[in-house]
Amino acid sequence: MSATIDQASLPPISVRSNPLTIARLGVLPFFIFAGLFLIIPTLYLVVGAFQDQDGNLTLNNLAHIFSNEKILEAYWISIKISLASAIGGAVLGFFVAHAIVMGGLPGWLRPAITTFSGVASNFAGVPLAFAFIATIGPQGLITIFLRNGIDVGGEHLALDLRAAGFNILSFWGLTLTYLYFQIPLMVLILTPALDGLKREWREATATLGGSAVDFWRYVGLPVLWPSLMGATLLLFANSFGAIATAYALTGSSLNIITIQLYAQIRGDVLHDQNLGYALALGMIIITGGSNAIYIWLRHRSERWLR
Amino acid sequence: MKKSRFGPWIAVTIGILYFLLPLLATFEFSLKMKRGIYSFEAYRVVLADPHFQASFTYSTVMALLTIVLGILIIVPTVYWVQLRLPHLRPIIEFITLLPLVIPAIVLVFGYLRMYNSSSWLPLTGSAETTNILLLFAYVTLALPYIYRAVDTGMRAIDVRTLTEAAESLGASSWTILIKIVLPNVRVAVLSGAFLTFAIVIGEFTIASLLDRPVFGTYLQLMGANRAYEPSALAIIAFAVTWAAMVLMQVVGRDRRAAKPAH
Repeated sequence: MSATIDQASLPPISVRSNPLTIARLGVLPFFIFAGLFLIIPTLYLVVGAFQDQDGNLTLNNLAHIFSNEKILEAYWISIKISLASAIGGAVLGFFVAHAIVMGGLPGWLRPAITTFSGVASNFAGVPLAFAFIATIGPQGLITIFLRNGIDVGGEHLALDLRAAGFNILSFWGLTLTYLYFQIPLMVLILTPALDGLKREWREATATLGGSAVDFWRYVGLPVLWPSLMGATLLLFANSFGAIATAYALTGSSLNIITIQLYAQIRGDVLHDQNLGYALALGMIIITGGSNAIYIWLRHRSERWLR
Repeated sequence: MKKSRFGPWIAVTIGILYFLLPLLATFEFSLKMKRGIYSFEAYRVVLADPHFQASFTYSTVMALLTIVLGILIIVPTVYWVQLRLPHLRPIIEFITLLPLVIPAIVLVFGYLRMYNSSSWLPLTGSAETTNILLLFAYVTLALPYIYRAVDTGMRAIDVRTLTEAAESLGASSWTILIKIVLPNVRVAVLSGAFLTFAIVIGEFTIASLLDRPVFGTYLQLMGANRAYEPSALAIIAFAVTWAAMVLMQVVGRDRRAAKPAH
């Protein structure tokens, strides 16, 4: 409606150029670009997932995924690592965000930790893998420190991580590494949500004789859970699609889905191009699904917060 | 009601340790290249490595081009949508969120199928055109960040009044965009630019599959073949990310401080 009014109220600059036409031409590059380099390439894979080598419609590619144990296992390990790092990041991130928002700590801590979080949540990829190899890898600082042990009251305490079964090239190694960007991301998402918990609610709970536990059980968590769940899903999708850190950390020895897809793109290791499309489709469904629920939950949470 | 601060301190301490210990460990390891003493030898070796210089320069140029092209595509779009096509806003918002949903590895898979050397637009046919494809890929990755930054910036100014004033003085649409709108959203654009820089400078997945010599693939190669250099490189990469984020905050702070003066 507003567009038609403006069109009438604006004086025509020249006879040949209609403002609305110029505007449509102005946004055209964006749509062409998004079509060519975002939407059509993705659709190409999605369509290919439902075709056989000769272009006939088929569901065989999807069926092959479910009958290929290595692929299923790769999806499963990816889901486990993403879940563990998302839930771990959500829990630890919640406590840190809670501490800086309502923990009564010195005021300078909050901006400092927010800045740290901005940097750490963007510090991913290959360098992150290097950092964790130097920390908990075979020759890492913490590994050596724990192996050398310390003397406490005449007793020597030491822990050999490797002998205890820990290996950085594993489920736990990758999860610990992913937590480095997951925790700060959670802090960044949750801080504004915690700011939205009104002081009055807390005071009202206290006036009615409720403890801090009562507050969280009956007020805080019920209001926050859409934000918490939504953010956890975002973290999940965030690590599910990641590959650089895992690749630099483990080469191709860890069987996660992004590394499988990487190998498939590099050298068609499945000997079936369309099965590769189906792998990609599976990934889009999982990350797309979790993002869709995240957006839905965010709308729900906005009802209470601000 | 006196609250215990014990729990919050524990949470913050664990958070800070989780953040700092890997950095300390990496830094310590990067100093151990010479046997028995701490030295900056690994940094000297890395900085003198022509492959480092070439790949870092390549990625820096790529990041700057990504920022320029991203702004060229996004600023007019946001401007026209705000001014005349508000009904397109939800569609554009949705599209700009897609790069966060579709994993980069899926995106590049699509490119390799669609733009291979026997396709209608053989972008992967030569090194030059693959560079262009990589640039387009990075612009795609940066869309969510640049769009949000520009959109926030443009909501804060009165686009309509500025446009009408300029039009009544006889300015053309392009003049308005370049001389009126762009300077007014400069600060917002810059904060999106720094974030884009941080993302592009270390990108690995797409460049590796398109076989371009970026900083990210150089890092991966060093990680597979050397002992101490990767730690030095991780510290350098961290410093770059840090600089980009701090500059982003500084720019944002200036905007808030400068607001009353407008």
